[in-house]
Amino acid sequence: MKKFIPLLVLLLGALYLGSTLLPPRQTTAFDLTGFGRLPVLANGRLKPLDTVARNSLLLFQGRQTVVTPAGVKVTPTEWLLDVFFNSNAADQYRTFEVVHPDVLALLELKAEDGDGKKRFSYNEVAKKVSELERQARLAGPVESAVRTPFQSAVLQLYNALVHYQQLKHTLAPPTTEDFLAELLRFQKLLPTGVAAVRAKQAGQPHDEATAKAMIELGQRYLFMSETTNFLAIPPTSEVAEDTAWQTTGQSLLGAFQRGSVDSSVLAYAGLGYAWRQRQPEQFNKLLELYHTQVAKRFAGQLKKSDTETRFNATAPFYSSMSLYVGAFLIAIFSWLKWPEMLGRAAFYLILLAWLATTAGIATRMWLEDRPPVTNLYSSALFIGWGCVGLCLILEAIFKNAIGSVAAGLTGFATLLIAHHLSLTGDTLEMMRAVLDSNFWLATHVVIVTIGYSATFLAGFLAIIYILRGGFTRSLDKASAEALVRMVYGIICFATLFSFVGTVLGGIWADQSWGRFWGWDPKENGALIIVLWNALILHARWGGLIKARGLMALAVFGNVVTSWSWFGTNMLGVGLHSYGFTDSAFMALITFVVSQLALIALAVRPLAKWRSFQSA
Amino acid sequence: MSDLIRQFRDFFVSLKLTVVLIAFSILLIFAATLDQVNLGIWAVQQKYFHSLFVMWRIGDIPVPIFPGGYLIGGFLLINLISAQVYRFKLTAKKSGIWLTHVGLILLLIGELLTGLWQEEFALRLDEGETKNFSESYRSNELAITETTDPKFDDVVAIPEKFVARVEPIQQAKLPFRVVPKIYYPNAALAARDANTPGATATPATTGIGLQATATPLPLTYKQNERNAPAAYIELAGPEGPIGTWLVSADPRFPPQSFEYAGRSWKIAFRFERSYKPYSLTLIKFSHDRYAGTEIPKNFSSRIRLNSPDGRDDREVLIYMNNPLRYAGLTFYQAGFENDDKTTILQVVRNPSWQLPYIACALMTLGLIVQFGIHLVAFIARRRPASSAVA
Repeated sequence: MKKFIPLLVLLLGALYLGSTLLPPRQTTAFDLTGFGRLPVLANGRLKPLDTVARNSLLLFQGRQTVVTPAGVKVTPTEWLLDVFFNSNAADQYRTFEVVHPDVLALLELKAEDGDGKKRFSYNEVAKKVSELERQARLAGPVESAVRTPFQSAVLQLYNALVHYQQLKHTLAPPTTEDFLAELLRFQKLLPTGVAAVRAKQAGQPHDEATAKAMIELGQRYLFMSETTNFLAIPPTSEVAEDTAWQTTGQSLLGAFQRGSVDSSVLAYAGLGYAWRQRQPEQFNKLLELYHTQVAKRFAGQLKKSDTETRFNATAPFYSSMSLYVGAFLIAIFSWLKWPEMLGRAAFYLILLAWLATTAGIATRMWLEDRPPVTNLYSSALFIGWGCVGLCLILEAIFKNAIGSVAAGLTGFATLLIAHHLSLTGDTLEMMRAVLDSNFWLATHVVIVTIGYSATFLAGFLAIIYILRGGFTRSLDKASAEALVRMVYGIICFATLFSFVGTVLGGIWADQSWGRFWGWDPKENGALIIVLWNALILHARWGGLIKARGLMALAVFGNVVTSWSWFGTNMLGVGLHSYGFTDSAFMALITFVVSQLALIALAVRPLAKWRSFQSA
Repeated sequence: MSDLIRQFRDFFVSLKLTVVLIAFSILLIFAATLDQVNLGIWAVQQKYFHSLFVMWRIGDIPVPIFPGGYLIGGFLLINLISAQVYRFKLTAKKSGIWLTHVGLILLLIGELLTGLWQEEFALRLDEGETKNFSESYRSNELAITETTDPKFDDVVAIPEKFVARVEPIQQAKLPFRVVPKIYYPNAALAARDANTPGATATPATTGIGLQATATPLPLTYKQNERNAPAAYIELAGPEGPIGTWLVSADPRFPPQSFEYAGRSWKIAFRFERSYKPYSLTLIKFSHDRYAGTEIPKNFSSRIRLNSPDGRDDREVLIYMNNPLRYAGLTFYQAGFENDDKTTILQVVRNPSWQLPYIACALMTLGLIVQFGIHLVAFIARRRPASSAVA
């Protein structure tokens, strides 16, 4: 029986992961998944509307769930369809998070009235939009590092509203009841209308009403093109450049020259009509036709956007988070009872979660055509991946559940950090010119990130030693010695990787900026990690520290690494400051204080450690 | 060996000293990183790393408060070399440590040489413009040019530090003495209306100085700003003063022409120039963005490279992560301005640039060998242990 329980846990875990792979259940007759797969060009990259919907919702309210006023839960794509085509309804969904009391007061809102005491609808927020705009203008010129929490909150909400306006003007003007009919009229009017406007400009006789209608439409489409950044309309067959996508407004302005409305604009207007009229059959039929049309030229890109949509729905990083928590609890429990059975079960779960994150990272790499680490978000994913990978090796060697506990802890923590980093927009970003080098991203960045992982892991293993040894009687001599060896080995590994990674960074700098070493904050941060690891090793070799000293120094490695990872980005100087993060400052301070407290625990006299008291 | 010498040796050989020195360097680097927000990268390097002591100004007296980069680096070097000599025998077991330490010694020496030898210049080129010189980021010079022969300029360049002494300067090529009257290390320029009765007095007697005045400014250390020194320069021939000019290194301040002894001259305070035996012409600067965004995708400069001996006459493309290495100099794409019509290249001379590469290769190899030895030993120890359990 005891043999089968770990296998049963493995099976359950695998089933749980497998269930996320199933296509989401369709709750309506509309082909929502198909609509979510349609690509738009935004922030320099073709991405599915599904991603646009999810990222927008994360930006507005920090979560992807939307509940209608009637209490019905809708998918992100359904919500986006309403924003596009039925904005009267979308304006009533409570999708904007407002928590700062002064901002609430400014908008004359009460927290109690909000959904979950913090979410409000566009209509509620927009009542005082001019006042919000005024505050945003006041806060805008203030440097982000010195903004007050109120100013940051104002700007965040204001930017969310701007983004929402962009979405509303992406495919149709929100002020029209029937955009399709308008376009058909426009199409019919085009030849005579253009002639009338030309005649008017040349001062010749013309039909004033037609010319006026034409000019009004032109102004309307100009406004549309200026209000949005989402390029939803693929280039026409005459345009050779694949990246020459346009906004709907731009395409309609182009119709004045071409003499006809682009079929993609019409297709979207048709989809909008069918959506408003609740005609799923027409909707699905039109969607299929449009998909086939886009696929003629953008088959490769559609394949990516299909995969991305599936990837979004699967959300491997969120399911891994649950697995890590489960494994962590089981592994801790294994120290109290049934060490072998529970230890193995925890190991299996960690392995599953790690495989899921591996698949997730690999998918992101394929979507981007990039090495794994390209921005702060992906560095969090990768640091977690590296930590857990090392833990799996440790656990395979030592089989004492310490590796699983550390894996559960670091895996969960890094994914949580990644989640918070994802709230500011698309995590698949384009690389700025100086960073646009796959070779150096694949070598320097990956290796230095593994160095970070290992330094963190050594620190977390040391925390396990300090807490387990200090407060429980469960740290027997063998486990204690194993932990010392693990920490020492991981520090050696960390020294090697952080050193090689830092050196490769120097070589990259020499190649692109003309100096091997520039004392840039990020470079200094990496160097401090190398030096700190070297210090621990030399102190150990010199006999200056024993087990507890090693643990205390390893915990301080967490402080050093988190400084290099996040702290240096907060300085806002230097070539490397591509990360943002001002609200993260408090989190960093809290983390540092907690680590210092742990170090204080580590240097207590031996007699105070419960595991080392003679019974 | 006497006790004193032995104690002295033991101090320099000890691992304790190593640990203390590493801890000091961490503190130094951390403090320097924080101070960059106030001082900028260049000033921080001078204050913290290229110095024996970090000085703190108490009133007007600089007080050393912490060992600087040269001191810590120097001690580390002595510590390393003496440990190498006295403690480690070159055995296979210690070969990794040996390699790592030799690499580190090279790295420290390389950093010292870079600090001493490396020179950086900027080269600004408008589209179609040809230049055979680059300009210093920080140093300035007073240039007096004889332009009598239209085909040929004869330049006498006086480095800023001589101007700063505010003492007469005699140069054999010049038929007059150069007498700096007033010198401001950083100055603001303001227009001056000489015709209004209340106009501020000016030491200048000729040139732009009649319409403009300079007032001193505090020195700036910001990374994207530079100091623009200004000076009032009197030129005096054997028969007495010729005139007093206001000159400024502000790039908007043009050179001023005058005639003396039947010859034509120009006087200008300008960024220090480094002339090259070849010229570069900007053909085209490109600034690519990702579709539908302002996110830069690439910057590149297409340049024609010409040497007067005719050996080199070719086009080169300089772009991100792909500099031009030519004649001991490296040209990097550093920036752009003027609505994408002007490129800014960074020109670096660093004769010791290979040292860090060699040093790092040695250290990497050393670490791999050393930790590899540890790992093999660890596995070998575990194997009999686990078979005993089984």
